[in-house]
Amino acid sequence: MNWTQLLTDIAAIIAVSAPLIIATMGIYLSERAGVINLSVDGSMLLAGMTGFAVAYTTNSVVLGFVAAALVGGLIAALIAYLGVSLRISQTAIGFVLALLCTDLSSFLGNPYVQQTGPAVPAWSIPGLATIPVLGQLLFRHDAVIYLSLVLVPLIAWWMMRTRAGLIVRGLGERPDALFARGIDVIRWRYVMVIIGGVLIGLAGVAYTLDLKQGWTYRHIAGTGWIALAIVIFGAWRPWRILLGCYFFAALQTMASRLQDNTWQIPTQVLQVAPFVVMILVLAVVNSLGAPELQRWINRLPLPVRRMIRFLASPAPAALGQPFIQQ
Amino acid sequence: MKTQFVALRTPIIAMVVALTITAVLLLLAGADVFAAFGVLLTGALTTPSRIADMLMLLAPLLLCAVGLTMSFAAGQYNLGIEGQITVGGVAAMWFLRGYQDGAPVILYWIGAVLCGMLMGALWALLVALLKRYMRVSEIFAGLGFNFVALGLALYLVFGPWKRPGVASMSGTEPLADALWLPTVTGTRLTLVTPILAIMMLAIVWRLIRHTHWGLQVRACGLSALASVRMGVPATRRTLEAMALCGACAGMAGALQVIGVYHALVPNVASGIGLMGLLVALLVRADIRWVAAVALFFAVITSGSIQLPLTLSIDSSISGVLQGLIVLAIIVARARRGEEAA
Repeated sequence: MNWTQLLTDIAAIIAVSAPLIIATMGIYLSERAGVINLSVDGSMLLAGMTGFAVAYTTNSVVLGFVAAALVGGLIAALIAYLGVSLRISQTAIGFVLALLCTDLSSFLGNPYVQQTGPAVPAWSIPGLATIPVLGQLLFRHDAVIYLSLVLVPLIAWWMMRTRAGLIVRGLGERPDALFARGIDVIRWRYVMVIIGGVLIGLAGVAYTLDLKQGWTYRHIAGTGWIALAIVIFGAWRPWRILLGCYFFAALQTMASRLQDNTWQIPTQVLQVAPFVVMILVLAVVNSLGAPELQRWINRLPLPVRRMIRFLASPAPAALGQPFIQQ
Repeated sequence: MKTQFVALRTPIIAMVVALTITAVLLLLAGADVFAAFGVLLTGALTTPSRIADMLMLLAPLLLCAVGLTMSFAAGQYNLGIEGQITVGGVAAMWFLRGYQDGAPVILYWIGAVLCGMLMGALWALLVALLKRYMRVSEIFAGLGFNFVALGLALYLVFGPWKRPGVASMSGTEPLADALWLPTVTGTRLTLVTPILAIMMLAIVWRLIRHTHWGLQVRACGLSALASVRMGVPATRRTLEAMALCGACAGMAGALQVIGVYHALVPNVASGIGLMGLLVALLVRADIRWVAAVALFFAVITSGSIQLPLTLSIDSSISGVLQGLIVLAIIVARARRGEEAA
């Protein structure tokens, strides 16, 4: 493999992972606030289909993105109402909505199958694009990919360095403590779930108007579940989630490369990898949290303990738990 | 009389809401609403061969729904059911590949179904063990193992078990004709499949409702902690219930291979497990309603296949209707304060 080939590959990985990054950040925001949005796969399909349909009819990419954001936000608002206000099992409603939205996208999207619509235009950033190496890697893409590049640093900073971010982390860990300090837990959770849903919707339309342009039956089915897995793989930390997205995109690129040769491994086999890793991470992280092991870990020297704590950052403690106002 | 009416009112309102939304969607798509509902409800029942196809969908669906009722009774969300169907199909195919011409076919059928059940049970047990001993949520572990099972099937179809010459998504080399389950003349119905499904329904019904074992499983589902305090071996009961569910799913997968596809196809589960989850969410561990709901879902799913042909409407509307019904009923129960998370 030569140098230019490698650069092209890395630039491709950065491009391909853009929708995944947007979706995982949406899931991250919602889960940090303590609410599981299990409908991601269906939400992305429905939002992606709607976005494509709107852009196709109006010939405006921007309107397509607005429509997709609305769809994602609306589904999330429904989840917030059912899961946060009515306190129905978030797993049950998320799962039903995932299936429902998938079928809805097939039904409503039927007239738009195989049509050619508008797409996000490529836009090299003037000046920056001419920088050797970096320019090719980062600055010769389009608006969606630039969004994916700035989203993670922005959200990481907001979550870890601002008061609002502190409140959101509290929502996922100790909502009762927040409530005692006069914070409206229910309203905050609504806001975070809806913002997350908007991002998930944008991720869906990022596929249909940009990276896998057009609409077909169950166009991008499966990516939502992958995004959910990557958030777990990233242990609910933004930078590790980003790493997970790039890792997964790299696996996919590698898979298609191997397929070109005589290997004959279908892409789908390598796509299994993130799920195996997800289960392993969950198993290791959660058993490290067990009291028996914790006692043993506490006897280890401090640097080792720090490293273990970094590797094993657990899920938000109140994830999926309904908040009952006392 | 009055209390009965109140108990029925909520599901009826929920059904009306679900049907209304579906009707609006059909109108939006520019379809004749009444004709569409007519096709959905009766499209599967017009000719013997269509009834046969509907029964061939109902049987694996019923198997999955019955198994899931068991795991729901134990308080487990077995989202890994699709994977359990897939590995059941893989195990059955593995067993049948050893067939030589002239060997007693019936033994191979029994062996294949047993292999499928065993593999499905092991796959479910893996999830249950991860949950019990490593605190991995059964929801994410199950979903993960669905993809792992799919990867395994794909690997076999494209790798070691591929058709000589060209490997394709259409599956492995078909089974020898002798191994195909016999069908009722002129249709695709293999009588064994629905009979086995009804048998499993009867077994699980008896287990859940009429045995001490079933009582203990239901106790674990209601409160694991309380049942442990009462001396119920909660870990064992939960694992057993999950394994039984996996066995039902594995049986469905094996039967799909022997009776429907006559080969291992990557998509052997084809969403039947997910539909089974919808059925199970609707009946909530109450085995008495499983058969009726599964029949209803199978009828409208099979009926919807006629929609594109007769009214040029996309068949996905059946899935939309099913999803809306389940969602509406869950919401109705919550509003009545029955169903806390």
